[in-house]
Amino acid sequence: MSLAPFGRRRGVCASIRKVGSYHLLELVDRDGPDPEPGQFYMLAAVSGWGAGTDERPFLPRAFSAMGGTDGRLWFMLEDIGPGTHRLARLQKGEPLWLTGPLGHGFRMPQDGRRPILTGGGVGVPPLVMWSQHLVEHGVARTLQFGFRDTSHAAVAASFDSVQIATDDGSVGHHGLVTDLLVRELDRDPHATVYSCGPPGMLEAVRRLCVDRGIPAQLALESGMACGFGACFGCVVPLVDGSYARVCVDGPVLDATALDHVPAH
Amino acid sequence: MPPVDFCGMELAHPIVNGSGTFDAIAAHAVFGDALHEHFPFAAFVSKTITIAPRAGNPPPRLWETASGMINSIGLPNKGLAGYLESDLPKLAALPVPLITNVMGSTAAELCELVAACDEQDAIRAIELNVSCPNVKTGLDIGADPVSLAEVMRAVRPRTRKPLIVKLTPNTADVALVAAAAEAEGADAVSLINTLRATAQKPGASGEPWLGGVTGGMSGPAVRAVALAQVSAVAARVSIPVIGMGGVQRGEHAAQMLRAGATLVAVGTESFRDPAAGSRIARELRRLLEP
Repeated sequence: MSLAPFGRRRGVCASIRKVGSYHLLELVDRDGPDPEPGQFYMLAAVSGWGAGTDERPFLPRAFSAMGGTDGRLWFMLEDIGPGTHRLARLQKGEPLWLTGPLGHGFRMPQDGRRPILTGGGVGVPPLVMWSQHLVEHGVARTLQFGFRDTSHAAVAASFDSVQIATDDGSVGHHGLVTDLLVRELDRDPHATVYSCGPPGMLEAVRRLCVDRGIPAQLALESGMACGFGACFGCVVPLVDGSYARVCVDGPVLDATALDHVPAH
Repeated sequence: MPPVDFCGMELAHPIVNGSGTFDAIAAHAVFGDALHEHFPFAAFVSKTITIAPRAGNPPPRLWETASGMINSIGLPNKGLAGYLESDLPKLAALPVPLITNVMGSTAAELCELVAACDEQDAIRAIELNVSCPNVKTGLDIGADPVSLAEVMRAVRPRTRKPLIVKLTPNTADVALVAAAAEAEGADAVSLINTLRATAQKPGASGEPWLGGVTGGMSGPAVRAVALAQVSAVAARVSIPVIGMGGVQRGEHAAQMLRAGATLVAVGTESFRDPAAGSRIARELRRLLEP
């Protein structure tokens, strides 16, 4: 795993563009190591961080990388709260603070199992990066994403051979992305599932895979203050009754280790 | 900036961490040896250790407030035996002196913790957590000068190492509690711990957001409160004071020193920048050496 340089550093917004409901953010991070698929960064704007609704945001926000190479990083975000609202308004050339790459990413499938990458909404980015990694290593993968509607699904237009589900049926399968996962697992259960998305979806994937004895690596999201193990705020419950810190024990955790995916 | 003498320890600068706001072992795994080469604090204060292991509170554990945050972590730790066996050797390898923070729900528990720490050469000082507001022990020794004095009378003879009492801000007169700690032999006091706070779930339910229902508030939102309490305590006692609460920049640390603190602890700001301690020490140095 690539170690993060100690301390936060200044990156620069190289570009930001809106694709449907999401913003795609490209950063220059000249001094940082390349992230591994599944790793994340803590991001905050240098100015105007704390001047939004209710005088927020205050803490940096965690985002999984969508890609990263040669001092460039890509992220995807949706403007839904004070932190994402501010980041969505970054200007080209504007500085921002970043710490990372952080956490443990995805691991290769074992025993010739085929990788199925099942994502939803803002859970798409780490799977896009993992998909690219697999393809580069000559591993065939199944990619399936769920979105709310056409506007959210627009971001998937540039991805190769992807199955789409939408809640409103406007694109692809009318229903849940987990319907598509069930279909794939019924067809051939010799698979490893990689998943990231909203808690309800992730919990459904966890149950499905645990029930069927299929290995699954879940990239979890959690509110966190620090990203490097200091605050103990981002915990998820494990089957042994203890808690794991999403930031340093994850964010990718095995489905069998998790008691459940918390609903927040 | 000359070295600082604190309870017989010579520290390179006055900036330390608040207990429970920096996990030097996890940070070493994340950042590698660069952490030890550029260690952000002049002394390291451990998270709170209890006799039995604790898993901590159920999530959610955090809430972002205006210019701050509420945490309801619940003091997860490996317990005394686990700390001594697995954490202490790693913390002993840090390039700065180690202060171990302990909490017991009775004087007897605190005595056991302090006596165990006293046997460890790697532990240079002991901080007593008599204040953490987000644990459901029902006991808040530090809110009452009389019960704090009782506990101090029991604990003080158990060690010759410096004893620091971490004061809670959730009390009527923090200076009175500090005076009681000093009278019973505390070598230093540290304050403020977090302010008791809560948050509701978004929506109309009115239900608590935090798994632990209440938590402790920190960050720049509490800085003015902290400065008032540090000033009041420093004016009342003659033992050294570790001032903390919302310190984000060298100027904030300088204000704590002007209020009478000997050391300044950084907590929440380290969440936003892991190297905040070094930056604040650097900024402070520039302010004090014009």
